[in-house]
Amino acid sequence: MAAGSTYTPIATNTLGSNTATVTFNSFSGYTDLMLIVTGKISTGFALLRFNSDSGNNYSRTYLGGDGSSAYSSRNSNVSSNYISLDSTTVATAINQIMNYSNATTYKTVLARESATGQAQAQISLWRNTAAITQIDITAGSAGTLTAGSTFTLYGILAA
Amino acid sequence: MSLILGILAQSGGAAVAASSYESIATITGNTSGTITFTSIPQTYKHLQLRCILRTVNSSYTFLNYNIRVGNGSIDTGSNYTYHRLYGTGSGSGSSDGGANQSAGLLAATSTGSPDYYFAPTILDILDYSSTNKYKTMRSLGGYDLNGSGGVYFQSFLWMNNSGIDTMQFNVGGASPETVGASHFALYGIKGV
Repeated sequence: MAAGSTYTPIATNTLGSNTATVTFNSFSGYTDLMLIVTGKISTGFALLRFNSDSGNNYSRTYLGGDGSSAYSSRNSNVSSNYISLDSTTVATAINQIMNYSNATTYKTVLARESATGQAQAQISLWRNTAAITQIDITAGSAGTLTAGSTFTLYGILAA
Repeated sequence: MSLILGILAQSGGAAVAASSYESIATITGNTSGTITFTSIPQTYKHLQLRCILRTVNSSYTFLNYNIRVGNGSIDTGSNYTYHRLYGTGSGSGSSDGGANQSAGLLAATSTGSPDYYFAPTILDILDYSSTNKYKTMRSLGGYDLNGSGGVYFQSFLWMNNSGIDTMQFNVGGASPETVGASHFALYGIKGV
């Protein structure tokens, strides 16, 4: 069996001031990516988009718990995927961007999130076969990602 | 929190050293029959399997790969149990299975669903080489077909103290062929 070291830190962006969008665009040569977000947002959700595509080419199915019950819902034909952040409490989101450089499949993201009062797991879809070359995390609802929030990208290479 | 992120949290959020996480083997492309990893080194602390799967079976949009493990050979006895928390996009639920001959842990779309859709799963296999405890795993996986789909969060138990050096995956004995971009990628995580 082949063996090789991987799980490589690619870039980290810790916001020095409130910021509308965080972008990663230099991450070639891996099989999967992992994007870890810890932070806050002024309002609403953070939007996760690939290759600057803001068309209605995204969807997600998610499962969550709020301390009293479990729930599941979905969004279809929407213009982004979502990262659950909060305006008052630091939230964490771990996004596994699978097979991102493959040029024959739609792209999937497995995510685990914790925000105020809930824990959530979700699978997100980007209906495009293009390799992902740019990742944008944007504050929705014309808000901002809060200063001090951290965005870290890792690369994982398969043998 | 995934295994890797647990390590991150314990280290205060600092990056894991690249050398602590190693690619062991990847099975990719068009495969038919049962998927098997053999001779898994016993030199790591944990294993992680990262999959993205689509199978050839036009009767289904979604299938679930079963797992069996063993030491030297696959254990085909009724020594596996699992618990599952799931969401379908319109509802949520939980199920379990006791003393089974395998357990379904890996999601896969199938050719009953439109082209290009694949299902990912990440499976953490904890303390797999220990010889004094039953083995536990957990997985997060699912699929989204833009209007349907599911998320599956599962735990798994192999009731055996032996170290795991063999893992096998199939779909209820049907063993469908996987589509070209599918892969099973196995990683080892070092401990101290």
